[in-house]
Amino acid sequence: MFENISDRLGVIFKRLKGYGRLTEANIQEALRDVRMALLEADVNFKVVREFIDRIKTKAVGREVLESLTPGQQFIKVVNDELTSILGGLPADLRFGSKPPAVIMVVGLQGSGKTTTAAKLARYLKGKGRSPYLVPADVYRPAAILQLRRLADEIKMDVFADDVFKTPQEICREAMRVAGVMGHDTLIVDTAGRLHIDEALMCELKELKGILKPCEMLFVADAMTGQDAVNTAGGFDRELDITGIILTKLDGDARGGAALSMAAVTGKPIKFVGIGEKVDAIEPFYPDRMAGRILGMGDVLTLIEKAHEAVDVKKAKEMEEKLRKDSFTLEDFREQLHQIKKMGSIENILSMMPGFKELQKSHGVNPDPKDLIKIEAIINSMTKEERRKPDVLNGSRRKRIAKGSGTTVQDVNKLIKQYLQIKQMMKVFARSGSRAMFGRTLNAFRGFMPS
Amino acid sequence: MKNIFNKLKTGLAKTHRSLTNKIEDIFSSGASYQEIMDSLEESLITADVGVNVSMRMTNWLKENARTRDIEELKCFLRDSVRDILKRCQSPLDISKKPCIIMAVGVNGAGKTTTIGKLAARFKEEGKSVLLAAGDTFRAAAVEQLDVWGKRTNCNVIKYAHGGDPAAVAFDAVKAAVARDVDILILDTAGRLHTKTNLMEELKKIRRVIKREITEAPHEILLVLDASTGQNALNQAKMFNDAVGITGIVLTKLDGTAKGGIIVAIADELKIPIRYVGVGETVEDLQEFDAKEFADALI
Repeated sequence: MFENISDRLGVIFKRLKGYGRLTEANIQEALRDVRMALLEADVNFKVVREFIDRIKTKAVGREVLESLTPGQQFIKVVNDELTSILGGLPADLRFGSKPPAVIMVVGLQGSGKTTTAAKLARYLKGKGRSPYLVPADVYRPAAILQLRRLADEIKMDVFADDVFKTPQEICREAMRVAGVMGHDTLIVDTAGRLHIDEALMCELKELKGILKPCEMLFVADAMTGQDAVNTAGGFDRELDITGIILTKLDGDARGGAALSMAAVTGKPIKFVGIGEKVDAIEPFYPDRMAGRILGMGDVLTLIEKAHEAVDVKKAKEMEEKLRKDSFTLEDFREQLHQIKKMGSIENILSMMPGFKELQKSHGVNPDPKDLIKIEAIINSMTKEERRKPDVLNGSRRKRIAKGSGTTVQDVNKLIKQYLQIKQMMKVFARSGSRAMFGRTLNAFRGFMPS
Repeated sequence: MKNIFNKLKTGLAKTHRSLTNKIEDIFSSGASYQEIMDSLEESLITADVGVNVSMRMTNWLKENARTRDIEELKCFLRDSVRDILKRCQSPLDISKKPCIIMAVGVNGAGKTTTIGKLAARFKEEGKSVLLAAGDTFRAAAVEQLDVWGKRTNCNVIKYAHGGDPAAVAFDAVKAAVARDVDILILDTAGRLHTKTNLMEELKKIRRVIKREITEAPHEILLVLDASTGQNALNQAKMFNDAVGITGIVLTKLDGTAKGGIIVAIADELKIPIRYVGVGETVEDLQEFDAKEFADALI
């Protein structure tokens, strides 16, 4: 409905131009929009109501900072408040003083516990710990086998003794074996269950008694609706969870459940799962999630990825070239390489505000193959052509199309896009430090089908 | 029938209770008409019905039900939910032979479990059933379906982990014809609807099946987790755009306050809802009934 709430609020606050401060009357409409946006994002109704009340108190009477418009000021209040409920700073795992440290992974069926357990093990190994995976889901068919397979895949030790049949027996024995083998971290995967299933919740309490975990992590699907408060609340009451892991965040769910769960349990969200591969896990950043819930896109992650991928030295060189207006197709190809390092296009684009709307309304769907096509075209040019695209006449274009297995139309399109990008980049080059990021983004808009 | 109704009602009891309690609270506190309507809307939203449909329903109430009688209002609301759902109440037709069913959905929705339960159900009806392990991606997914195959006494067509799911589908269709089975159910790997390449893979599987039997797959079932929020709509839309969903199974309805999103999906997409899962056992996968669902919800 409101893919981009900042745009919507922008419209509302345009009318308020000139007001020096936010009042209850002039933010009424904006509050309604925030409420709608949060509900659309699956934030629990009660949580939304409390949140709106808090915003009202904080925003009313606030002077509008000189550098901000009233709309931006209001968004800032909303964003700050969201971030603070989501936990402020990223939260680390605790390992306690006495090894082995035990991490229990609990949650509903299908939330992604087993995959998450394997991801955590790999992540912690990267941090210098020695994890031991313990499959204690004796109910779902092949669940234990699933964790063993995953463990093999990532070359991680896993408890694999079929003599022990009950979760209690498995946990006791795994504790003993881990001690012998010298593992300092146990990651225990438990069976999925409903928070209202008394027998199974009792079982978890027993396991907690046996394992004395330092972390009791509740794994929750980012697509969860209003019920998130009940499930997270239920698990927290029974087991006193120490944190939450939000899975399947690589989809297009706005993830309002994160806010619901954080508000209801007061426990931090520690990690997010962002893909099916075993390395697709990241620490949770409250400020980014706040933007996502509000539909403002995950621009911070994008910026960070751009920073990781872009070679600083090369970027400097590029900036120099831009200043001299000598950005060539060769440089363009270099930029494509850098963008590719940032990850899959669909992933990157999904972080950009408003993109999903665009995708829905215009059917814009970037094809990774487009990148390959562009590279092939540039590769089929001579050095001279790459440096001075002006020389590209009809017969040259025909040759290039033939050489790259594309059509003359493709070649024409690419050259047109290149010229547009060059133009845009000149503007960005003048705007100082933001240039690098802006350029990367723009280079990339170039090959989105228009 | 009576038993099914009770089970569904128990599954939805919490939603039902919270909704009813709220409605009763409003009336005992002498709230204004607007407050009553706001609260009704809230109750619907809390059940994951979605903002749009909830607002439309309460607006409809405002226009058509100038009453303050709680039972009457509830009745109106129930009827209106039922009307939306009724259009999507249409049982799965398995008369074709072989009837080829393909289960799709996001990760963790309950595809494999649903297939196991469906197999058990069809076997009980005296049909011969063949299963195909088309989830070659997730670790041990093949073995999980295999366990269900043993439980229900159905053969399972399977490849090694990492194989081409379209090849599994191809072999499975061939086998279904050669072995003269009544029903073939194909499992597929869970995938998020936003992953273009994985959705393409799904299209390919469908194409391969269609090449063997033109009118197949006879049913493409979208398996949806009832605790999913508004994203379920996106899921339904995008799976539908990719492969053309012919039916929906709503799983995990045995928890708390669930299921409202199906009203929004029914309202927007009008895809038949075939089954609901209200518990762990095989019998807990039940045919969808709009009236029962509406009655249990409100």
